[in-house]
Amino acid sequence: MSAALTATDRSSPTQHKGGEGSTGYNFAYLDEQTKRMIRRAVLKAIAIPGYQVPFASREMPMPYGWGTGGVQVTAAIIGPQDVLKVIDQGSDDTTNAVSIRKFFAKTAGVETTTKTADATIIQTRHRIPERTLTSDQVLVYQVPIPEPLRYLEPRETETRKLHALADYGLMHVKLYEDIARHGHIATTYAYPVEVAGRYVMDPSPTPKFDNPKMDDCAALQLFGAGREKRIYAVPPHTKVRSLDFEDHPFAVQTFDKPCALCGATGVYLDEVVLDDAGGRMFVCSDSDFCEERRADGHVGAMLALPSSSPARGEGVAAVPVTEGSGT
Amino acid sequence: MYVAVKGGEAAIDNAHALLAHERRGPEDVAEIAPRQIETQLKLAVDRVMAEGSLYDPKLAALAIKQARGDLIEAIFLVRAYRTTLPRFGASEPLDTARMAIERRISATFKDLPGGQVLGPTFDYTHRLIDFLLEAGAELPLPAEVEAAHEATPRVTDLLDDEGLIERDVPDDMADVGDLTRAPLDFPADRDLRLQALARGDEGFLLALGYSTQRGYGRTHPFVGEIRFGAVTAEYVPEELGFAVPLGSVAVTECQMVNQFHGSADVPPQFTRGYGLVFGQSERKAMSMSLVDRALRTREFGEDVVAPAQDEEFVLSHCDNVQATGFVEHLKLPHYVDFQAELGLVRKMRAEHAARRQGTDSELKEAAE
Repeated sequence: MSAALTATDRSSPTQHKGGEGSTGYNFAYLDEQTKRMIRRAVLKAIAIPGYQVPFASREMPMPYGWGTGGVQVTAAIIGPQDVLKVIDQGSDDTTNAVSIRKFFAKTAGVETTTKTADATIIQTRHRIPERTLTSDQVLVYQVPIPEPLRYLEPRETETRKLHALADYGLMHVKLYEDIARHGHIATTYAYPVEVAGRYVMDPSPTPKFDNPKMDDCAALQLFGAGREKRIYAVPPHTKVRSLDFEDHPFAVQTFDKPCALCGATGVYLDEVVLDDAGGRMFVCSDSDFCEERRADGHVGAMLALPSSSPARGEGVAAVPVTEGSGT
Repeated sequence: MYVAVKGGEAAIDNAHALLAHERRGPEDVAEIAPRQIETQLKLAVDRVMAEGSLYDPKLAALAIKQARGDLIEAIFLVRAYRTTLPRFGASEPLDTARMAIERRISATFKDLPGGQVLGPTFDYTHRLIDFLLEAGAELPLPAEVEAAHEATPRVTDLLDDEGLIERDVPDDMADVGDLTRAPLDFPADRDLRLQALARGDEGFLLALGYSTQRGYGRTHPFVGEIRFGAVTAEYVPEELGFAVPLGSVAVTECQMVNQFHGSADVPPQFTRGYGLVFGQSERKAMSMSLVDRALRTREFGEDVVAPAQDEEFVLSHCDNVQATGFVEHLKLPHYVDFQAELGLVRKMRAEHAARRQGTDSELKEAAE
């Protein structure tokens, strides 16, 4: 297990009350009993890969749907030595990623980073970083609907039975019907996976492009769903298989062009609309990956040097930046 | 050429500053004080306390000010604050028979012990905008009488004496559930269902209760009684071993009396639906009692045929903080998933066009 999970016990309730950052709240916001409750759920989730463990999710100071599950998991495992990275849509600069990073900088006083390689905990919404994760990292996913069978069977009482019986016929019928109707499996994100040969799991709404990265991943992967009150996990080096058929094997998305800024291929790209005359460009979704490549001298077809450019609001974070903690 | 820039962080800070500015409004208008909200917009404060699950009028008033009058946002603020509070234990059950009555009405009896007390109610006002309020006219003083000191027995207790209504059997052995401390499991017991309903959105429960009246799970309800007033909350600290009063809370209680039920062993009797909320909110307490009764469908061996009877449906969707969060999260960026869908639609359209071209040329060949 990573350093992150052991580091937490150093924070006792009294020690940090009103301490770091003088917020008046406990270290990383949640009280220690709540953190212990969440850690018990996390440990159970690790012991039963892909199984959704119910936990007593708390009301958090950000809305449901904004990542309350991920935030609670991160708050439960983070310690003062940890370095936190938060991404949304692959980027550190999207508003919600900024907001969650600030939340932990404020309530836990931990160091934050945008560099994937430097982070010990990475909280993510909708993407897995392009850089291969290592055994001393934990990837925390924000999950909206943890139940992969939910859209096929709305009742929790039923879906829990189906999981208990490993009865995943519904899912295969759905994928088959896709092929019959569209000629393809028409699931492009939140593509269901089978974990350790047993539970079918929702990988959260990451594009299916990222599914292969979950398989045999060296990092611990934790999934938190706050509104739905579920935690699940994929332990390091666990078999994660995307569901498919022999004659319709699973395949990831491919892009025709390389990244317009750093020239990378074989990565997930965002489409940026340039004008109202059909102008488009494709750039890396993983902004840190893109920045590092450009720092290494890779140049894409449309890269302009940054000048004193006006802020464009949220969007593509592509200018190399150095960011201190707590900003 | 494209210059990509960072702007998220500065944009958020600017948006927050603008929000604070908008909240204050024009400076030539006096700033509203939380104390004014607490005392003059009391029903808003009551709703925020009820659905925020925290009895603290001052905090609720401040939350309403911070939320610019958006009550669901204020409820959310109170909930997030509540999360951080320590929990010492559960109070003794409130004894609403010992309530300091401000209002008490029964629709099932013309008169009854304790009497009908109208209290502060909109019920019989004419809904005409009162322009005198704008002008700040002086108000007539309300009439005063000596407070009655006799206890006011609950109507359901009166029916209970004759065995006409099902008994509420207290279960002293079982711990009271708390869905904010343990995940909700289905089927849920009535204590947890009532907790969920007490925290649930007033509008959602109102619509569900209304639907039972319109035939979607009829329960033939009568308002046995609605009462509003202050009740003492008591707590037994482990080191003392006896109950000590913590203070009083204002609550509205609704006892709904519903159609008969009986079996081979039990003669026909009325059944109950129960509603209890912080502060004065009869709409919420009545809706809650209708939905509570509807959710007991299975208990009485009736068929679950309507939304209000469907426990998973009701309990999973009655919380407005959860609902507003998930609905509104759709405005967060979703562009990597949308990109995935764009790619697939383009691919399918290309294949579709290719198929069309194929069949067109086949048809042409056949025609030639």
